[in-house]
Amino acid sequence: MSVSTSLFEAAANGLDERDRAIVLATQAGLPLVPDPWGAVGGPLGMAADEVRVRMQRMVETGVIRRIAAVPNHYRLGYVANGMSVWDVDDAHVERLGREIAAVPGVSHCYRRPRHLPEWPYNLFVMLHGHERQEVERQAEALRERLGDACRDHRILYSSRILKKTGLRLGRRPVPPR
Amino acid sequence: MAELDALDRRLIDAFQRDLPLCTRPFAAMAERLGVSEAEVLERLQTLQQGEVLSRVGPVFDHARAGASLLAAVAVPEAECDTVAAAINRSPGVNHNYAREDLAREDLARDGQVSGIDYNLWFVMTAADEVQLEARLEALEEELERPLLRLPMVEGYHIDLGFPIPWAELGGP
Repeated sequence: MSVSTSLFEAAANGLDERDRAIVLATQAGLPLVPDPWGAVGGPLGMAADEVRVRMQRMVETGVIRRIAAVPNHYRLGYVANGMSVWDVDDAHVERLGREIAAVPGVSHCYRRPRHLPEWPYNLFVMLHGHERQEVERQAEALRERLGDACRDHRILYSSRILKKTGLRLGRRPVPPR
Repeated sequence: MAELDALDRRLIDAFQRDLPLCTRPFAAMAERLGVSEAEVLERLQTLQQGEVLSRVGPVFDHARAGASLLAAVAVPEAECDTVAAAINRSPGVNHNYAREDLAREDLARDGQVSGIDYNLWFVMTAADEVQLEARLEALEEELERPLLRLPMVEGYHIDLGFPIPWAELGGP
């Protein structure tokens, strides 16, 4: 995304200070009480309805993708997490990116810029499995689907989580901030 | 693997998206599931304490809520902890993973590979692009290493949550 696009989007989304306060107060989760909007609004000096209406607007503008119970995939047994990176022909990357996003096991699929010569990869696909062999099989299936448009790929496995804000993953030691 | 009963699974499946923005959202959830609001809240609290759920709440599109990008840096193994701590202290960093490329490590042992091994990967966020670049530059100066900047050009995922194949995971 270019600088100008992002600045344009920020303006178009029109988040004001009160919206930003709600983002900060809810990004680590809602309080689990009967009236969560009131509980969020109280410390911010906002009524429950203001919080609700502002969040509804953020849903409509796409600032909030969804409001959900967010599972911890590690605790559900998805312990192999591979960031696969692909060097895909620019002429085909958009079509193939859309196709791959719909493949089971793929949670995120992004196009990012190359930085030649040290970084030739322009498509990032996050793969999740119960073990690394499962991730390797998913990557092999993607390789076939990409065909001749793909020159090279790698899988970078997460070996340690050093920081994950808002998520409390197991009892792994977290480095002091 | 966490121990979950049928109601836990229904709760998780039903609310991977679209918690209603009504005045009593958990009461609305409860009605859909045919249980009481108090039971839904208690279950969610237990699932969150047991770390089966990382949170219940909004999932933000950080590209729209502000500015962010994926960054990477190549660090010798011995310096990883020190550099990771500096990255984590840096304002705006919200994810930081050590990543390893096993295939590349095999090639390197055989002397068949050259270039840069990016092994620390993190997401830098800021209120806008100007602050984002300032934060990246400040961190580069502190680390005395260049950062690979990988902003999102386009996101293709449809983001329907992550359907959980309970049967494959075993259990009741």
